[in-house]
Amino acid sequence: MKTTIHIETIEAMRDLALQIASYSKPGFLICLEGDLGAGKTTFTQFLGEGLGVQGRINSPTFTIMKIYENDVNLYHIDAYRLVGEFSDSDVEEYLESDGVCVVEWYKNIESLLPSEYLSLSIEWTGDTSRKITIEGSGQYEQIVKALSH
Amino acid sequence: MIVLAVESSCDETSVSINKDGKVILSNIVLSQIDTHASFGGVVPEIASREHVKGISVVFEQALNQAGITAQDVDLVAVTKGPGLIGSLLVGINAAKAFAFAHNIPIVGVHHIAGHIYANQIESEMKFPLIALVVSGGHTELILMKEHYDFEKLGETQDDAVGEAYDKVARVLGLGYPGGPIIDKLAAEGEATYPMPHIKTEQLYDFSYSGLKSHVINMINRLRMKKEPINEKNLATSFQHAAVRHLIEKSRQAVDDYQAKMLIVAGGVAANKHLRSEVETHFKDVEVSVPPFKYCTDNAAMMGIAGYYYYQRFKKIDAMDMNGYSRLNLSE
Repeated sequence: MKTTIHIETIEAMRDLALQIASYSKPGFLICLEGDLGAGKTTFTQFLGEGLGVQGRINSPTFTIMKIYENDVNLYHIDAYRLVGEFSDSDVEEYLESDGVCVVEWYKNIESLLPSEYLSLSIEWTGDTSRKITIEGSGQYEQIVKALSH
Repeated sequence: MIVLAVESSCDETSVSINKDGKVILSNIVLSQIDTHASFGGVVPEIASREHVKGISVVFEQALNQAGITAQDVDLVAVTKGPGLIGSLLVGINAAKAFAFAHNIPIVGVHHIAGHIYANQIESEMKFPLIALVVSGGHTELILMKEHYDFEKLGETQDDAVGEAYDKVARVLGLGYPGGPIIDKLAAEGEATYPMPHIKTEQLYDFSYSGLKSHVINMINRLRMKKEPINEKNLATSFQHAAVRHLIEKSRQAVDDYQAKMLIVAGGVAANKHLRSEVETHFKDVEVSVPPFKYCTDNAAMMGIAGYYYYQRFKKIDAMDMNGYSRLNLSE
């Protein structure tokens, strides 16, 4: 299932992230796609806020993954520098885990991903406006349905 | 006191030995950047395996070059974070095994403390000092009132400065790593493109996401309108804005805390424009920038930091010490 949302402000991005956080549960995998500067890390910051993560969430590009210990752990992975054509247990361990996992640039490691996940494709349409295409199957279909209203 | 230090938080497997936190007896660094290049990017499991493959040899070489044996070592220091978790654990486990086998106390050290202490190798810290830590993964202002006493005044709200360089370079199709490339181009251009003045929520914090997006959006708009982009001038405009932000925040911190010294640490400390701007704007305090070979990751700096940690706290870590992808300097 798939839906497209147009947002005009950063506040609308926050609302969307908080709503997705409210549906999240351990084992959740959220995959983000979009050009540099599209707002993937910004979305993750708001999602973390919704999950109750304390402390600052900033870009994981350099260390590839940042772990935020929380009631429900947040695993923030940036696959920007990764290649996923090889099996990679160091990454796979976190994709289906005890927490919520967010993967930026997930297409770089698509072959490592499980069959079901929620994906958000963020497209730049203006300085603060974005077109966001949300897709999910299986357990994620309900969320897409709820967001499309 | 002889300190053996281990660093494996990212792309370098390194072991170093120092005497009394000052004299570097050996510093062996094995880089796996070429391995990453051959795969077209990083595969974390392979990165871990490369560290495993290299670490024994690096240990041996470090001991040989220093002309000592394991029995001579009084303290083991190891990077416990932040970094790529699988890679960190290789160094931590090797350091623990070495310490346990030879009955030597071990301390876990923060990677950023290492970058700061790279400045203690060839110069002498004067307190209070402000450390500006700038790299691909960090942009932080640290206040030190004495040895191994860190107060984080501020950090990036979003992207690190080195990361902004890399991403702007990527959008312009200039290659990786972006820092040296943009630095070189910028030296030949003029700051003709308007750049936003960066605002942050907290006084000593940094923000590079807005500047990065501004530049990328500008490139996208120009490309859409099929207008030419003057890469040199764009590099200069971006670099001036990026460095000005570092200088302004550092100046503020140096003034507010009446610092005697400003330390610049981390990979971006190699940036020429940053070095010259620091010289221009901080004539009233002592400025220390580490020698180039100690700007990038290495165990020598970790060993110096480990020595001062131990001198200050006389505390050692237990064998169940863990590694952390994120870690506060005070931990």
